[in-house]
Amino acid sequence: MSATIEARIWRGGAAGKFETFSVPRRESQTVLDVVTFIQRKLDPTLSYRFACRVGMCGSCAMTVNGRPRWTCRTHVARLGDGPLTVEPLANLPRIKDLAVDMAPFFDKWAKAGGKFVPSAAEGADFARVEPESEARRQADAGIECIGCAVCYSACDLVSWNPDYLGPAALNRAWTLVNDVRDGGQEARLSAVAGDAGCHACHSQQSCREHCPKSLNPTASIAGLKRASLRAAWKGGA
Amino acid sequence: MNRPHRNHPAWWAFAVHRLSGLALALFLPLHFWALGQAIGGEAALDGFLRWTENPLAKFAETGLVVLLAAHLAGGLRVLAIEFLPWSPRQKAAVAVSAGFALAAGLLFLFNVGVA
Amino acid sequence: MNFRARAETIAWGAQRASAAVLGVCVLVHLATILYAVRGGLTAAEILGRTRGSAALALFYGLFVVAVSIHAPLGLRTIARETFGWRGGALDLAAAAVAVFLVWFGWRAVGGLFG
Ligand code: HEM
Ligand code: SF4
Ligand code: SF4
Ligand code: FES
Repeated sequence: MSATIEARIWRGGAAGKFETFSVPRRESQTVLDVVTFIQRKLDPTLSYRFACRVGMCGSCAMTVNGRPRWTCRTHVARLGDGPLTVEPLANLPRIKDLAVDMAPFFDKWAKAGGKFVPSAAEGADFARVEPESEARRQADAGIECIGCAVCYSACDLVSWNPDYLGPAALNRAWTLVNDVRDGGQEARLSAVAGDAGCHACHSQQSCREHCPKSLNPTASIAGLKRASLRAAWKGGA
Repeated sequence: MNRPHRNHPAWWAFAVHRLSGLALALFLPLHFWALGQAIGGEAALDGFLRWTENPLAKFAETGLVVLLAAHLAGGLRVLAIEFLPWSPRQKAAVAVSAGFALAAGLLFLFNVGVA
Repeated sequence: MNFRARAETIAWGAQRASAAVLGVCVLVHLATILYAVRGGLTAAEILGRTRGSAALALFYGLFVVAVSIHAPLGLRTIARETFGWRGGALDLAAAAVAVFLVWFGWRAVGGLFG
């Protein structure tokens, strides 16, 4: 391993260019450490986002050597000896340098019925959900999402159809479809069905391949496809 | 070259499935037209079949058999993902699909060659 | 469910249901091809198998219907994702392809089995 890392960093917004920095190699160094080193020691005008540094908040995702990754948990040593290329996430508007506008990503969570709709009246007793029930287990499988947009950035459908809700929003909807306390299922299935929703997904699994939390949006989306087909078959408003 | 984030078996399986589906759909009218030769009687159909005996047609036919087998196996794979409980053996499913398509192609070549 | 969501969902279901039917049809078809090409194809041989066989005519008639549902819906998806073509005109074009395939396919089946 060379003593320094040659880091190519995207500068500018939609229009811009790569700028190369030399960063000393350290032990257990993450991609976020490299970016932070540049910002602290070499060029304080570099813009990027992070918060927790331990893989919990989901704010530090960037495109690293062509793949979307959470940078705070991606070790430089594991990427090999070549130059390190860091760009903003794909499929989202670039604001400046490594920061993208996350609004379209989260707007789609709302569009996909990602909000819990309580069915019980206020003050009602706690709902009892068996931990071993099928619905609870389906919800459990998708619930650890940190909202990092890595999957969204890896998804072909998002790049082909800007309206496509994307793996994270659909995965969120699936956890709620399996929430027995929720009273908004009819509207949710309407929102997620169709050619900008779950039925557009071709199961290429780039989302599943890249999700840093090892979630499986492809499987969640398959669940939505079946649930909405059942609802469409039965008819209703 | 393809972008790095697409370089995994399930993505390549998707690409093969799409291209084979497209090719089959474009070929289908041709196939119906060829079979429709039978309307003109046995001689007309035979005339067409003699034509297909040239090596180029044989080559194209083998390609079509491989595409059909690949699309079939890949399609069953997609249906399994969508309608069956998730299987962690995704790479194996892609490999089996590819193996099935190659085997169909080889068997076709072998059977044609025996003629 | 609203109309649009329901229509798209049913279209997806029809594409998958026809795919399942095709799965069986194509397996049978592939096995037939691999068997039939041994020793070369002649019209007499093909027509000897097909002429007057109601069961085979029914099978291939169904095969044509399934592929005429499956392929246009698949092409519609490709048109949307590759060219960004959406809306009523695309749906109409897909329906036209479906009608053409049923007609052309049944015409061929008629020739072989009639
Ligand atoms: C062997 C039986 C078949 C099965 C099981 C099958 C299955 C499938 C499935 C599941 C899809 C959806 C793929 C996706 O959304 O990712 C698909 C797409 C497609 N199929 Fe088939 N299919 C079969 C036969 C055929 C035939 C005979 C044709 C053409 C004549 C055809 C043409 C297409 C086309 C054009 C697409 C669209 C490709 C895409 O969306 O990527 N298929 N098929
Ligand atoms: S499996 Fe579906 S959601 Fe995931 S990347 Fe592919 S198209 Fe997008
Ligand atoms: S599903 Fe995974 S990749 Fe997608 S936003 Fe959630 S944690 Fe990130
Ligand atoms: S900084 Fe919070 S997940 Fe990386």
